[in-house]
Amino acid sequence: MLKIKSLADLNRIREELKSGNGRGGNKNIQEQLVQIKVGMATCGIASGAKDIMKLFIEECENQAIDVEVHQTGCLGYCYAEPMVEVRLPDSKPVVFGYVDKKRAKQIIEKYIIQGEQIEGEIPISFQTIYD
Amino acid sequence: MTDTKKQLRIALRNCGLIDPEKIEEYIAQDGYFALGKCLTEFSPEETIAEIKKSGLRGRGGGGFPTGLKWEITNNVKAEQKYVVCNADEGDPGAFMDRSILEGDPHSVLEAMAICGYCIGADKGLIYIRAEYPLAIERLKIAIKQAREIGLLGNEILGKSFNFDIELRYGAGAFVCGEETALIHSMEGLRGEPTFKPPFPSVSGYMGKPTNVNNVETFASIPVIINKGASWFNKIGTEKSKGTKVFALAGKINNVGLVEVPMGTTLREVVYEIGGGIVNGKEFKSVQTGGPSGGCLTQNFLDTPIDYDNLVEAGSMMGSGGMIVMDEDDCMVSIAKFYLEFTLEESCGKCTPCRVGNKRLHEILEKITEGKGTVEDIDRLKVLSNVIKDTSLCGLGQSSPNPVLSTIANFENEYLAHVEDGKCPAGQCKSLLRYDIVEDLCTGCTLCFRNCPVGAITGERRAPHYIDQSLCIKCGVCFEKCKFNAITLT
Repeated sequence: MLKIKSLADLNRIREELKSGNGRGGNKNIQEQLVQIKVGMATCGIASGAKDIMKLFIEECENQAIDVEVHQTGCLGYCYAEPMVEVRLPDSKPVVFGYVDKKRAKQIIEKYIIQGEQIEGEIPISFQTIYD
Repeated sequence: MTDTKKQLRIALRNCGLIDPEKIEEYIAQDGYFALGKCLTEFSPEETIAEIKKSGLRGRGGGGFPTGLKWEITNNVKAEQKYVVCNADEGDPGAFMDRSILEGDPHSVLEAMAICGYCIGADKGLIYIRAEYPLAIERLKIAIKQAREIGLLGNEILGKSFNFDIELRYGAGAFVCGEETALIHSMEGLRGEPTFKPPFPSVSGYMGKPTNVNNVETFASIPVIINKGASWFNKIGTEKSKGTKVFALAGKINNVGLVEVPMGTTLREVVYEIGGGIVNGKEFKSVQTGGPSGGCLTQNFLDTPIDYDNLVEAGSMMGSGGMIVMDEDDCMVSIAKFYLEFTLEESCGKCTPCRVGNKRLHEILEKITEGKGTVEDIDRLKVLSNVIKDTSLCGLGQSSPNPVLSTIANFENEYLAHVEDGKCPAGQCKSLLRYDIVEDLCTGCTLCFRNCPVGAITGERRAPHYIDQSLCIKCGVCFEKCKFNAITLT
């Protein structure tokens, strides 16, 4: 990325990022991809999130699913780690807790490929300043 | 979980939402705009006025008004000043700072730059414990990215403002969270506190004016600038504005981080957000403020949480650790646990803390062994107050708090230990007693064969007996007996 030399630069880059060249918590980007976020703070990693992230990357590649897998920090639900957030195209993100390898495969097979609702969703119980 | 929107996330706004290793994602969330706004629209004084108006108070525990601290540091004239971020999170059960640094490191960097602009410092230092390797790694990445893109370094956003940040590592000593000890540690000296004044804002790191703030305090700053002080100061209570992050731990179902507006009650945090007590047990107490805090009983469940109410209730905000205890926790043992922590973490500089806490611990040990007397409880109180009054730094001054608050709120439990020789929670092993009920014992010899110390005797098909002088109260016989013939009193 180029150097940001003024507030106008920062503004321009933010708009670019929001409109599709970037990713993140913003809502209107790359809607056509399946987006997966794996909680990779200390609590997540201690519960095995690294293996889960690897599994999602490999499994989705094997099955040729058009997906982006990112790491993120801790959502605060440390009791339910590893946690994985999945956003299917044109849907709201869904957060799954207690994701072990078996569950991860289930999420890919059932939720991502077949679009079925599965159990284990953690309701998001907070508002952020962006809401 | 009943109500779902009790939480409002300001400091944790990006945690779990963005990739902490990508500055682009932070920028897409309006990252560094607060800095841009300050540099282009506000003078340092105007920015400080905004922070003061927001009512933000230090989130590390002290609760000192942040804007005022910045103003004081700004008013001191000096060639060189420093901004220091205190990331030496040390309370047992507190992990909110780690989470912020691991999930949203740029928010802290941005706020430190804003602080630097306000007080006239071009150098920031983050004092972080080496026990947080992932947070350190992510901070390093964040600092590198911010430098590359020009958001740290010289002439930031084309303005004549220079600011850069470096990391300093701590060895995880609790006392180094105290700001004078922290500064000494950064200077390469022993991490021991020194007398204030002079305050760091006058003479801090390398003798220069230094503004020390906690991670969570910094993380709230960009939001205050972006949304305005009058948005922020509408959240919370009269004297405590905004939100506070709490780390829920202990016997609670939803262990983790919550961020609630100041003034939320303990009941809402424990039962509605925290999901209640594990295994449906009875709530007994919640410990806030770490080793310097106190234990709150169910009488305080409906008290709105803010700085002043917690102090009034005999505890303190601290950095936001909340350890929940249930009916199975012995409050004397809890007080002993916190003193063990203090004993280990006392730097040893002053006698009341070094020796006094040791004596307190010995008395508690005596009580949990069933050898205590009623006079010992008075002795605990007297000694605690002496330590509070005569210690130099906050660690010593507050170290007897867990003892005093457990005595104040759970005196009956102390009395049960010393008068009846009983531990109501069944935790103090020396006070337990296992007996075999003669009528129920079939003489199956199962307990006899499993007792690890040979304390059980008896003939086959005849009642067995436990020799109390040999019994180590391990409870194996109690668990093994198939006829419920063993009692625990």
